[in-house]
Amino acid sequence: MSGLREFTKGIWEVNPLLKLVLGMCPALAVTTSAENGVGMGLAATFVLVCSNVIISMMRKIIPKKVRIPVFIVVIASFVTIVDLVMHGFFIELYKSLGLFIPLIVVNCIILGRAEAFASRNGVFYSLLDGLGMGLGFTLALLVLGSIREIIGNGTIFGIMVMGASYEKFLIMILPPGAFVTLGLLLGLMNKIEMNKK
Amino acid sequence: MTEIFLLIISAVFVNNFVLARFLGICPYLGVSKRVETAVGMGAAVVFVMTLASVVSWSVHYYLLVKFGLEYLQIIAFILIIAALVQLVEMFVQKMSQSLYKALGIYLPLITTNCAVLGVSILNIQKKFTLLYTLFYGFAASLGFGLAIVIFAGIRERIELMDVPKPLKGISIGLITAGILSLAFLGFSGLVKE
Repeated sequence: MSGLREFTKGIWEVNPLLKLVLGMCPALAVTTSAENGVGMGLAATFVLVCSNVIISMMRKIIPKKVRIPVFIVVIASFVTIVDLVMHGFFIELYKSLGLFIPLIVVNCIILGRAEAFASRNGVFYSLLDGLGMGLGFTLALLVLGSIREIIGNGTIFGIMVMGASYEKFLIMILPPGAFVTLGLLLGLMNKIEMNKK
Repeated sequence: MTEIFLLIISAVFVNNFVLARFLGICPYLGVSKRVETAVGMGAAVVFVMTLASVVSWSVHYYLLVKFGLEYLQIIAFILIIAALVQLVEMFVQKMSQSLYKALGIYLPLITTNCAVLGVSILNIQKKFTLLYTLFYGFAASLGFGLAIVIFAGIRERIELMDVPKPLKGISIGLITAGILSLAFLGFSGLVKE
């Protein structure tokens, strides 16, 4: 039962982006469309799951003092794999995510989970934690990307939803739109949380 | 000379690292509660980023390319940055205890500041020469410093304002950053890239 909890907590309760406010740089930069958001989310999820599993396997042999460099090297290796695979098979997505694929290395969510969870828990739980957190991140990016794409471009996943006469609100696609949308989204989360109490 | 000047203007104002490229948002929101700490953080980042640009450029061309190891770029760069940050941390601790305390957790976190890794990779992607790399790293970090100091100044005033309760903290910070970014959009078109 507790395994299920480790999985679901990342999706809402401690959603990495909307509750812990981690991983903001990619979240703001790549969510110009829903598709890019999901692509980024899945890439980060892959790295998160793999690094969680490997780090949790090695947690007993890593000396405490050098653990952070070891974590970073593990994460960087998986990011290199993602980078090469995406370059090889998903060239369009690779181009639109650009710099932010190598920058998954410095995504605080991944190092944060390695330090806070995988280095203290077994392989199975770390796997579930990684999956849940990654999924939560992906969902948050999907929401953010969808809002920006619908308002800014009138489309979602490239499909027209607002009608042809819709006046495109370009500022939502530009950087300011990212900041304001995420700010309001966080405010909304706080509001929901307050109403619960 | 003109080209370098344009490069600097472009990196500081037009393509500001924080407000246009979204690099280094975590320290930007985290250490911007007071102007003094923001200045300290800005200075530390300027130092680390300029140094990291030059060192990572040298390692890339003199080591990785020479031995055909370009696929190790990400791992090599992050290790260089981690080592440099450690160095700066030791230096700051020796020089100024108060700054060391104020920067707190965010000093080691410069390692995971995407702006530093970002600039190292951009230098290679843009095929800059060493001189350009030096100026680009410096200008980009200067842009970060400028953005964080302005932002901290605004945030100090927001503290005194009556902000709607659910928007308090990071939420209003992001909206403020959005407005600031809107202001910086005014610079676009100043320099052709």
